[in-house]
Amino acid sequence: MNDVLFAAIAILALLILLAGVRLTLGPTIPDRVVAFDTINTIIVASMILMAAYFGQTIFVDVALVYALLSFLGTLAIAKYIGGEL
Amino acid sequence: MTLTTAATLCIAIGIIFNALGVIGILRFPDVYTRLHAETKMATFGTIFLAIGVILYAAGLLADTGDSQYLTLATHTILVVIAIAFTNATGAHAIARAAHKSGQLPDPAVVDRLQEVKKRD
Repeated sequence: MNDVLFAAIAILALLILLAGVRLTLGPTIPDRVVAFDTINTIIVASMILMAAYFGQTIFVDVALVYALLSFLGTLAIAKYIGGEL
Repeated sequence: MTLTTAATLCIAIGIIFNALGVIGILRFPDVYTRLHAETKMATFGTIFLAIGVILYAAGLLADTGDSQYLTLATHTILVVIAIAFTNATGAHAIARAAHKSGQLPDPAVVDRLQEVKKRD
């Protein structure tokens, strides 16, 4: 089971790099926000997997706080793009 | 043993759906279709990864009876609830902001939101 968790974390790290391609290229600002949101979601998933891999339950609490704070960041950028801030 | 197999299956499904989401934001033509790929696939994939970790913790709890695996499972359920609510709301906010900043879908045939705004 540990090998499965390690392989999943490695694939998620590769996916973060691929989403970073869109974050760098993205022709418009909303495209970059979409890529940023993807990276945040995948980081939360990899933190949950790391909690199981290392046996440290505290990682899940960090993932919970990260998910809520990244949601606030996405909302703030979206309000700024829409001209409501 | 069966719980470990089910956890491996759920983690495989989650990885596949996360990969589909990332391929979607790389290949789709405009911001609305990219948002469609990202928010559905990444949310579904992350929820399945979390379900896999919950099953893994349940298997270890049944084997060892250690209470830290119970903590792992319950806190992962909290993360699933947070992800399910915040990702949908964030995707809605991004789509609305993209429309307000003047972006239209790639072949824009009809724009109902603009018509409603004009009528008001």
